[in-house]
Amino acid sequence: MSTERIDDVSGISTTGHEWDGIKELNNPLPRWWVITFYITIAWAAAYTIAYPAWPMLSSATKGVLGYSSRNDVKNELAAAEAAKGKYVAAIQAKTVSEIAADDALREFAVAAGGAAFKVNCVQCHGSGAQGSAGFPNLNDDEWLWGGSAEQIQQTITHGIRFASDPDTRQSEMPAFGDIITPEQATQVSAYVASLSGPVHDASLIEPGAKVFAENCVACHGANAKGNKELGAPDLTDAIWFYGSGETAIAAQVRAPKHGVMPAWIGRLGETTVKELAVYVHSLGGGE
Amino acid sequence: MLDQTQVERLEAEAVNSAKTRQPLYAARKKIFPKRASGSFRRFKWLVMAITLGIYYLTPWLRWDRGAFAPDQAVLLDLANRRFYFFFIEIWPQEFYYVAGLLMMAGIGLFLITSTVGRAWCGYTCPQTVWVDLFLVVERAIEGDRNARMKLDAGPWTARKLVLRVTKHAIWVVIAVATGGAWIFYFADAPTLIGEVFTGTAAPVAYVTIAVLTATTYTFGGLMREQVCTYMCPWPRIQAAMLDENSLTVTYNDWRGEPRSRHAKKALAAGQPVGDCVDCNACVAVCPMGIDIRDGQQLECITCALCIDACDGIMDKLGRERGLISYATLSDYNANMAVATAGGSSPATPSLVRTAEGKFSDRLAHFHIRKIFRLRTFIYLGAWSAVGLALLYSLLTRERLELNVLHDRNPQFVTLSDGSIRNGYTVKLLNMIPEPRTIVVILQGLPGAEMSAVGVDLPPARSFTTLAEPDRLKMLKVFVRQPADQIEGTTQSFTFRIEDKADLESAEYTATFNAPEIAR
Ligand code: SF4
Ligand code: SF4
Repeated sequence: MSTERIDDVSGISTTGHEWDGIKELNNPLPRWWVITFYITIAWAAAYTIAYPAWPMLSSATKGVLGYSSRNDVKNELAAAEAAKGKYVAAIQAKTVSEIAADDALREFAVAAGGAAFKVNCVQCHGSGAQGSAGFPNLNDDEWLWGGSAEQIQQTITHGIRFASDPDTRQSEMPAFGDIITPEQATQVSAYVASLSGPVHDASLIEPGAKVFAENCVACHGANAKGNKELGAPDLTDAIWFYGSGETAIAAQVRAPKHGVMPAWIGRLGETTVKELAVYVHSLGGGE
Repeated sequence: MLDQTQVERLEAEAVNSAKTRQPLYAARKKIFPKRASGSFRRFKWLVMAITLGIYYLTPWLRWDRGAFAPDQAVLLDLANRRFYFFFIEIWPQEFYYVAGLLMMAGIGLFLITSTVGRAWCGYTCPQTVWVDLFLVVERAIEGDRNARMKLDAGPWTARKLVLRVTKHAIWVVIAVATGGAWIFYFADAPTLIGEVFTGTAAPVAYVTIAVLTATTYTFGGLMREQVCTYMCPWPRIQAAMLDENSLTVTYNDWRGEPRSRHAKKALAAGQPVGDCVDCNACVAVCPMGIDIRDGQQLECITCALCIDACDGIMDKLGRERGLISYATLSDYNANMAVATAGGSSPATPSLVRTAEGKFSDRLAHFHIRKIFRLRTFIYLGAWSAVGLALLYSLLTRERLELNVLHDRNPQFVTLSDGSIRNGYTVKLLNMIPEPRTIVVILQGLPGAEMSAVGVDLPPARSFTTLAEPDRLKMLKVFVRQPADQIEGTTQSFTFRIEDKADLESAEYTATFNAPEIAR
C-alpha cells in the first residue's frame, strides 16, 4: 500500500524531497508532455542517422539521406548558372554595342564584367579602373586605341604589343634620343607641353613646333591630336599617360616606354571578354 | 565490540522507495463540456461567426489598384516583398508599420486584460474559437455531455465506431479548410484555389496546408484545454496584467455559501443556506473542466459559460442572477467582508440580505468608473500614441524616394579637357503601382552637367527617365564640372527628382570631389 505524503498547507502530494523543511510538491506534468519529450529524443537519434553527425576518426558518418552542404552549394551554383543561361546566350549572340544598348543585358554584363575585372584586370588598372602612371585610367575619355565598345573588345581580345598574338595592337615610338639632338628634344617637349598649359620658356615653343612637324606628325598628327589606329596619344589634352610637364615629356621623347597588355581571349573566352568590354565601356569614358 | 542492539535506528527512508513513489506525470482527464445557453453564449456565437468569417473571407475581398498591382485586398506577397492591405501598400523598408501594429496589439491586450480580464482568451483567441467549433461538431454527432460520457465509457460497438469516425472525419475536414484558407493570404486566391485542386500549386502551399491541418486537428480536437493550460504563455502573463479592479469571472461566495444541496431540509434544521444549490451546472459547462467556485485560477479562460449556466439555475429557483458574475477583486473582497462580518465568521447569508430577503445596500457593485483608472489611461495613451504615430507616418509617407551613392573608387576622374567627373549610383524608388515619368535635376555645382549610362541624351542639367510601377530604378549618373568652375576639393550639391504629374519630389544632398589642382 502506498502512503501518499500530503503537504499540509496546499493539500497537494509531495515527491518526498525536502530541503530545510521546504518540500517539493508533486504537480504531475501532463503525460503528453512527457511523450513529446521522448519523441524529441527519438527524433534526435533518427536525425543523427539520417544526416551527417557522428564524428569518426578521420571523418564523420555520412547519414543515410546522403545530405551534404557542399552538394547544396553545388546545386545552387548550378541553378544560378542555369538562371544566367538566357543572358549568356544573348551576350554570345549580340555585338557589344547591342548589349550596351539593352538595359537588362547591359546590367547583367556590367555585373559579370565587373567581377571578371576584379579578378583579372585590377593588378594593372587598379580596383577602380583608375590606372596609374603607365597603366591607363579606364574611367576617362582619352583612349589610346579607341574607346568604343567594339574597340575595347578588340583590345582586350588581342592585347597590346603582346608578342604571341598575331592580331595584337602594335606600334612603337622610336627613341628620339638617338635621332634628334638633346636641344631639339627640349624644344619639342616645351612645344608639346604648351599645347595644354603654360611652359617655363615660351621661346622654346617655336623651334619645338618645327621639330614636331619634322618628326612627330606622322603618328601624332599635324594638330597633335594623336591617332588611335597607332595608339598614338592626343598630346593636347589634360591626360598624360607617363606624366605631365616638360621633364616627363622629354623623358618619353628620348627613350619612350611602351606598355604591354596580354591578349585575354584564350584565357577568358569570348563571353567574358564581351562582358569586360561592356563593363569598361560603362565606366563613363566610353565613346 | 559493540552490541548491535545498542545501535539507534534513525528515522530515515529512501526518497524513491516504492512505497511512496508518486507518478510524475498524469494522463489528461477527459472533459465533456455541456452545452450552455444564455447571453454570454449568444455573444460568443456572434464573435465566433465574425472571427471565422474574417479569417475565411478576407483573402477573397478584391481591391482595385490598377493594372500594375494585384487586386487582392489583403495580400502578403512574399516573392515580390510587398504587403497589401486595402489602400495601403507596404515595402520591406516600411516594415516598422508591422512592428507598430504588433505593439498596438500587445498594448491593446494589456488594456483589455486590465479592464475585462482574459477577454481575448475567452472570446477571440483562435484556440477558443476553434475548440468551440470542434465542440459544436462533437455535440451534433455524439450528443450532449451525458450522452458523450456514456458513449466514451461504453464498449466499442459499431455505433460508437461510426460516430467516432464521423466526428473525426468532420474535424479533419474543418482542419483542412483552416489550413487551406491560410495560404490564400499569400497569393492571388482565385488563381491559387484552382492550382491547389489541380495539383499545380507550389509545394510550400501543400506543406503549409498539411502542417496547419495537423495543428488545427490536434489542438482543436484532441488537446483543447491542454493548450491553454500547459502550452500558452498568456495565462502566465495575465497575472501581471490583472489587478484588483479588473473584471474577472467570479463565484460570489459571499452570497453562495454555505452551499447546500438540500436547502429546504437545511433551512428546516435552522442552518444558514447560501444561494448555491451545489448542482455543479457551472462545472459541467466549463470547457476547461474546472470549478470556478474554487476561486480565480490559472486554467480559467473567462469564457463566462459558467455565468450562463448558473444564471439559468438562479432563474429556475427565482433568485437573483449573478451568483457567478463578472466582478472585480476589490468588490468581491468588500462583499466578502460584509458577508463574514470582517472575516470573523464564515460567510453568513443573513449578513448580505435584509429581513425581506433583498440584498443589503452595504454591498458593493461594479461601477463603470473602475475601468477609468491610471493604469488603463496609461495603456490607452500608449496605444493611441503608437496608433497616431503610425497614422501620421502613413498619411505623410513618401511614395517617391531618392537614394544616392557616391563612387569612392575612383573619387573623381580627370577628363581630356581638364574637367572633373564624379560618378553616382542613383536609386529612384517609385512606390506606387503606376509608371511615372521622373525628371532628375542637378541643383548647385555651377557649370556641371550630368549624363546617365543607358539614357541616350546629351549631357544636361536635367534629364527625364521612366520609372516602372512599384519598382526601384537604379541609374549610373556621371556629373562633370569644367575645370575653371571648380571651387575646392569638396563641393556639395543636390540631386532632385520630380514627378511632374503629381508634383511629388525628393532631394538628396551629395558631394562632388575634385583633385587639389584641376587645370
Ligand atoms: S470557470 Fe467559467 S469562465 Fe472559466 S473557463 Fe470555466 S466556464 Fe469559462
Ligand atoms: S451553477 Fe451556480 S448553483 Fe450550480 S453549482 Fe455552480 S454556482 Fe452553484
